[in-house]
Amino acid sequence: MSKVGIKSYSYCLNHAPETGSHYGGTPWEASHSGGKEQEYLNALPQHLQSYDHALHYAPNQTYIGGISYEEFEAIPAPWVDKPLPDEKSKRYGKFGELMPEDEFLGLISACDEFELVWLEKSFAESVSKKLAEDPVITEAIVKRVVRPKNMQELADIEKEVAERDALPLYHDNKVVGCVRMGHPTDHCLTAHVLMENLAGKASGVLALLHLLKNSGLNPLDLDFVIECSEEGAGDVGQRAGGNFAKAIAEVAGCTNASGCDVRGFCAGPVNAMINAAAQVASGARKNIAVVAGGSIPKLYMNSRDHVKKNLLALEDCVGSFAVLLVPDDGTMPVMRLDVLGKHTVGAGGAPQAVTSALTFEPLQTAGLTFSDVDRFAPELQNHEITEPAGAGNVPLANIKMIAALAVMKKAIEKPAMMDFIKKHGTIGYAHTQGHIPAGVPFIGPACELIKEGKIKRAMIIGKGSLFLARLTNLADGASFLIEAPEPVQAQAASVSKDDIKAMILEALSEIAGKLG
Amino acid sequence: MDLQNQQRVKDAGEKFGTDCVVILGSSDAEGAEIYAETVTAGDPTFAGPLAGVSLELPVYHVFDPIIRAECDPAAWEEQISMMEMVLDPDALAEAVKGMREQYSKNVIEG
Repeated sequence: MSKVGIKSYSYCLNHAPETGSHYGGTPWEASHSGGKEQEYLNALPQHLQSYDHALHYAPNQTYIGGISYEEFEAIPAPWVDKPLPDEKSKRYGKFGELMPEDEFLGLISACDEFELVWLEKSFAESVSKKLAEDPVITEAIVKRVVRPKNMQELADIEKEVAERDALPLYHDNKVVGCVRMGHPTDHCLTAHVLMENLAGKASGVLALLHLLKNSGLNPLDLDFVIECSEEGAGDVGQRAGGNFAKAIAEVAGCTNASGCDVRGFCAGPVNAMINAAAQVASGARKNIAVVAGGSIPKLYMNSRDHVKKNLLALEDCVGSFAVLLVPDDGTMPVMRLDVLGKHTVGAGGAPQAVTSALTFEPLQTAGLTFSDVDRFAPELQNHEITEPAGAGNVPLANIKMIAALAVMKKAIEKPAMMDFIKKHGTIGYAHTQGHIPAGVPFIGPACELIKEGKIKRAMIIGKGSLFLARLTNLADGASFLIEAPEPVQAQAASVSKDDIKAMILEALSEIAGKLG
Repeated sequence: MDLQNQQRVKDAGEKFGTDCVVILGSSDAEGAEIYAETVTAGDPTFAGPLAGVSLELPVYHVFDPIIRAECDPAAWEEQISMMEMVLDPDALAEAVKGMREQYSKNVIEG
């Protein structure tokens, strides 16, 4: 079996402007620059987006499935000054939700097992009530928000911040809690690291809960979880030991599941999908949820440029996603395992080599050509965020490279390049959360378009920047195809034939026995 | 230009002087211009090791005809021709040329 079914998917955002403007990588670095960047830090709060504005922002609604990808494609950028109408700007979309920051802090607290998160009592009580209204948040999670060990008086929280290196959590510009350090000397367990990891865990939990709702799967029937974010959880002896997957499954109530983490920078999610699909296809697992939470350090990553250019700083959401893979039964869109893009060690890092390894080579192996793929989904960063920061339009640059390669391989004529780009490309709408935009946001829309009979095939592409870890200078990437299902009929026919044969043999042996 | 690359260019510039040629591969003209300024006049953002350091190195974009002519055509075809179709080679070469003419001490003689 070289195909697995894509049963369901979920995509969520956690609005986190206050957390981000304190602990996002860029603001955090600026606040530790010895006052050199005070002007930027003073200006940043005036560039933040309200929750209501974030709800009306078309790329966010596309991510959570509040509007369809086709509706989004019909709205030309810039989107920031084209708020969606109220009826298309709800908290809950077809794929997931955009959770407000106070509830996110409550969810982070619910995900804490080691008394690391303290919330001020009245704040904890108020957000637990709000979380109880969320259709995916379980009663058990609501109760965890108000565990006595996670609720403290404001004075105690302030003392913990002042005296014991805890980091304050904010809502409406007031301190409403803190994240405490996990160890007095271990730099892998500082309050800053633990906040990142707990936020990653909490956003992953939200995505998994929505996945369970969207698929109708009983949490007890989930077999395995593969987590694929870019966070590293561990202590000084093993600084990225893991295991986010089991930690997330535990909070989501998936007590019969096990799990492990897969890493590979932005190529992590595509590699996790391939890993999960192979385990389901082989029968090793009954089903697998591929899950990733999001990243606090990526919040406001490009905000220096947004502030400088007097724009809204839009990088205010922690992103997450989950996909449920099950055996192919001929009714669901499928992921093919026989056509995988693989960037080898020897392939080289030139864009041409990477694009060829991830698109042309697997397609050629499968006897397909570029135009057989209805949509290519490479890195899907929202270009309204990246362009003002000088990083260009990443999805457009990628589809241009694919089109140019198609010309070089004589799959299309050069004058047809622009048409190819328009017809086969995708427009980015994902937050700049590293692994989150890496092709995977389009799994949901691709499956929806396949189910509606509008496309037959999409390619999901993830690329990783391995040089960041200073281990190797190699490029990296992986890709796979999603296709429309094919009815599974041959198998049914042969089974019934075998059944008949067995029944005849059984009857004959019975007769033979009686004769004897 | 990131701080590490600035340091590497600074080290090479100090070791080999203005015979050391910098070849840029930036995909956007604005970025190419800033990188070119960084390795000639100094870091305009005053953030890195080349802040206030004028190396005056000869700087070219890889798409400059003079560099293209130096390249092995087969390697060019295999590694760069696709990007040549995607990007605007003339605009990139021009962006770097402007800085080179203003600040570079040496140039490659064509």
